[in-house]
Amino acid sequence: MTDPAPPGAVHARDLTVRRGPRTVLSGLTFDVRPGTVTGLLGPSGGGKSTLMRAVVGTQAHVTGTLDVLGRPAGHPDLRRRVGYVTQAPSVYTDLTPRQNLDYFAAVLGVRRAERAGHVGRTLADVDLTDHADDLARTLSGGQLSRVSLAVALLGRPELLVLDEPTVGLDPVLRRDLWDLFHRLAHEHGTTLLISSHVMDEADRCQRLLLLREGRLLADDTPDALRTRTGAGTVEGAFLHLVETGAAA
Amino acid sequence: MTSSLPSPSRVLATARRVLRQLAHDPRTIALLLLVPVLLLVLLYYVFDADRTAFDPIGAALLGIFPLTTMFLVTSIATLRERTSGTLERLLAMPLGKADLILGYALAFGALATVQATLATTVAVWALDLDIAGSTWLLLLIALLDALLGTALGLFVSAFARSEFQAVQFMPAVIFPQLLLCGLFAPRDSMQPVLEAVSNVLPMSYAVDGMREVLQHPEVTADYVRDALVVGGSAALVLAVGAATLRRRTT
Repeated sequence: MTDPAPPGAVHARDLTVRRGPRTVLSGLTFDVRPGTVTGLLGPSGGGKSTLMRAVVGTQAHVTGTLDVLGRPAGHPDLRRRVGYVTQAPSVYTDLTPRQNLDYFAAVLGVRRAERAGHVGRTLADVDLTDHADDLARTLSGGQLSRVSLAVALLGRPELLVLDEPTVGLDPVLRRDLWDLFHRLAHEHGTTLLISSHVMDEADRCQRLLLLREGRLLADDTPDALRTRTGAGTVEGAFLHLVETGAAA
Repeated sequence: MTSSLPSPSRVLATARRVLRQLAHDPRTIALLLLVPVLLLVLLYYVFDADRTAFDPIGAALLGIFPLTTMFLVTSIATLRERTSGTLERLLAMPLGKADLILGYALAFGALATVQATLATTVAVWALDLDIAGSTWLLLLIALLDALLGTALGLFVSAFARSEFQAVQFMPAVIFPQLLLCGLFAPRDSMQPVLEAVSNVLPMSYAVDGMREVLQHPEVTADYVRDALVVGGSAALVLAVGAATLRRRTT
């Protein structure tokens, strides 16, 4: 198939990543559709974080084709257009959430006059208004990861890459975050690529990429996956695919 | 590698952020500002019987304090930036390496200015440090020393995996310079190989510059050379340090 203008927000062909002697990702081919919430599911150590780093352009030794928003991954133009939240919260714990956001907003070029309002709205989006002026060091793990998420939301990126954003959060907060993700996709047309090792989050996604041991097991919708494998749950579908050795 | 010019607003935002972080840590600020002063007072009484010996050593210390403290503060701060994931995050944003490094240099430079002003004021007014030249020239060298300390700290933080390791770089990088800078014995009386080594270590010029101000009322050619060497070394090490800020995970 020749496709002169790849439509995907992420367009990967035969994507391979080696770290030292180990092949962490081998020959991945997939597309992430614009304006969708795509789940990247699979067990820990399966290469999810490496794939996300490759997409945001901070992973070395990437071979194959990897285009992001129509540009090669890591292209300087993409720095404004792609938001990335790592598994460990990357924020300054010796600042308050508001001071963190204020700094990152300045780095992103938000003008001084608009910064306070923009920061306040973003803090409200992740439900942190009550803790905006507490020292980040004193926040809980879940609150801290929401500060980290808020930083990524600041720049209104077209593609948001989130590495396990809902780990360790209480169910209410988890639901609220997933609602926020879908709102971003609907209202702003944001594309979201969200990783999780919790299979029951699969049904929150419009599309799924199942990754295990650096290989892509499936690239489909949750319903189609269940239908194709005859399994009742995505977890069942995952097991079926592992056991039958099927590839996407 | 993008080689964009530094953006003033991002440099200032970074400097303000670094200073805000410090503002949440008043104990560190107190230690940074008060310890040099107290050590100078201590030294003053160490030379209780021989006041003339205080001047050269006191002047040299006014240059050595900012270098050492800024080295420590910067190496720990940038190590934290590297290990907390914030560096990776910043470099994935439209922030140039120069913005980050100049932001740090500006914030710590401001702190060093306060520190050096306080220490110099106490040395000159309270401890009767007798200098022939202008106090401003003393401050200029102190500030360049602080920048050199910042540059060296940034550079070594690339080779440290933990804060324990970062702290150990202080005896490794700073102490040899301290021993060879002419504080303990005149450099021309050292074993020739050591003298040659001391000729290429920037702290030797920092201490020499302080002595020039101490002894001469006017700006001497040696002082200008010393200031240029210290400032040039700082710029060089900062540039090398910038290369250690990597955008990619291997």
